[in-house]
Amino acid sequence: MKARRKQILVPFGDFSPKAQFVTLWLSFLTPVMMWCAVSYVPFIWHPLVRIVEPSSVSYFKPDTLVEKSVFHAENGKLKAQGLPLATGLPANPIFLPAPHEVGQALFESFTTPPRRKGEPWLHESLSHSIQIIFWGFFWSSLFGVPIGILCGSFRLFSGLTEPVVDFFRYMPAPAFGALAVAILGIYDSPKIAIIFIGTFFQQILVIANTTRKLDTSLVEAAQTLGAGRVQILLKVVVPGIAVDLYNDMRILLGWAWTYLIVAEYIGASSGITYFINQQAKYRIYDNVFAAIIIIGIIGFTTDRILDRIGRKIFPWQKSSRPSLLKKLLAVPRPAQPA
Amino acid sequence: MIADYKSPDPAVAARFAKLRERPVILDVRGVTKTFASEGLEHTTLDRISLQVHRREFLCVLGASGCGKSTLIRIIAGLDTPTSGEVLLDGKQVDGPGPDRGMVFQSYTLFPWLTVKKNVMFGLLMSGMGSTAAEAQAREWTSLVGLSRFENSYPHQLSGGMKQRVAIARALANRPRILLMDEPFGALDAQTRAQMQAYLLDIWRNVDVTILFITHDLDEAVYLSDRILVLGTNPSRVAELIDNPVPRPRDRSQFISPPFLATYHRLGELIHPPQSGPHERLPMARLTHVGDDVE
Repeated sequence: MKARRKQILVPFGDFSPKAQFVTLWLSFLTPVMMWCAVSYVPFIWHPLVRIVEPSSVSYFKPDTLVEKSVFHAENGKLKAQGLPLATGLPANPIFLPAPHEVGQALFESFTTPPRRKGEPWLHESLSHSIQIIFWGFFWSSLFGVPIGILCGSFRLFSGLTEPVVDFFRYMPAPAFGALAVAILGIYDSPKIAIIFIGTFFQQILVIANTTRKLDTSLVEAAQTLGAGRVQILLKVVVPGIAVDLYNDMRILLGWAWTYLIVAEYIGASSGITYFINQQAKYRIYDNVFAAIIIIGIIGFTTDRILDRIGRKIFPWQKSSRPSLLKKLLAVPRPAQPA
Repeated sequence: MIADYKSPDPAVAARFAKLRERPVILDVRGVTKTFASEGLEHTTLDRISLQVHRREFLCVLGASGCGKSTLIRIIAGLDTPTSGEVLLDGKQVDGPGPDRGMVFQSYTLFPWLTVKKNVMFGLLMSGMGSTAAEAQAREWTSLVGLSRFENSYPHQLSGGMKQRVAIARALANRPRILLMDEPFGALDAQTRAQMQAYLLDIWRNVDVTILFITHDLDEAVYLSDRILVLGTNPSRVAELIDNPVPRPRDRSQFISPPFLATYHRLGELIHPPQSGPHERLPMARLTHVGDDVE
């Protein structure tokens, strides 16, 4: 037992299923528990005081938040004058709502209508954002994947395109915002264009690299089996890189999400960004948190689903590790004795 | 006293006479390959010529780094010679083609295709319909004894099984010659011995000519009709030996006089006897006095 415990700290050492199960839960629970601690345990942070009984301090109102030092100073003055003291509860700033408040907001944002007529619901904002991502990523992949594969397969293509792509990729996509609006108007098109620009150039380089990593002896084997140039490209290169290509696309999709917020600021603000900004204006930070967490959940779930699909469509993949969801729910069996 | 490898018994001599009457399938004429690195010209192959007759099993033997892989790649059309030419059935070779099947040391099966689909690959490339290709692939898969695994993926197979699939895949194209580049080099000793026996079976039963590259003396003597020995630096043809070991072969012949004689001669050619005593490591004694093991 002791020997096995030591293994955990050996580089590349064994890691039992039980340990995997525990660490998996810890990785999710630790941040949540830290958040709970800061929210519910008063002496960890709580730099403010929420006024309950203002007494005779003119600018204290029930439910307002004041700095702890101000609160104590005013109470000191009241005490000196022999007046009843103001009372209040320790509180966190408004921008850090407690987990249960965010949870409630998360639920209510789907059940209660928006504050003003004509404003989108949370799910409407989200579906708009997802559409922007989808089209941006779709157009980028439509051109980026074939160009990337050609660049990886032919020196000619990589020589012609990669230097200039390398040049473009250092330009931050948002820098094209004003231009995109001027050319494409203020609605969805410039936003899609920003996602496109942010993804496309990286995509070419990443996929070209993946293609270059293909085992060239497979190409040679195909040649000795009579495969022509087009056949090699379609029957050897494409299936040969398919698994890596698919995983590249998952990572690139994550990058596309990072461009979303910037893209949605451009022209007429829309989607999840608009929702977050509106809620911040109303100072309903519960909703802001809810929206941010939802983005995380959507991104994470999409990636997991894609991982699942990947394992279905590439049955020749060597390591098929169980899905994360299964791991979270599976009760670990004790490790088999060697 | 070691027997003379040059005087085979009459049955073997008769077989060689018959072999020489067969048409030449592969004719390598003065193939030279030089590489330029850091301004220096390095000759890997120096005027190599060889002829392979129909249904012959020719081994090319050489120490590692003698350029034997370069030679087989040139024959396969994957490399071009600096000078000289390769003729297949009298026609000059220009690039790789299905008439020269190749089996590589690294298995090179397509990992995304099942065993059956791997074997079908070349047939489909030649434009055969998929039903016919599948039927033929089944036959070839069963010929190498892997019918049970026809729907398995390569990563589910052992090294020896993978190489049997690679052989079936190359043979399915009915190549004029099968080129094998140290195909069993990555296998363990037992599997290698088994694969050698399989290969002899296949060669006997399938109309195919084999050019086999190896650095293993036993393997060369066990498998071949003739052995072409390549010297090193630059590699020229050191000797072309008519293998005097009678067929059919089995592993009990490993200690027969003709086998030992041939083996001995190959050893001389590959590792020329050094003048003086064996070179020893400059090892100091690091044991306790009296703690001798010999």
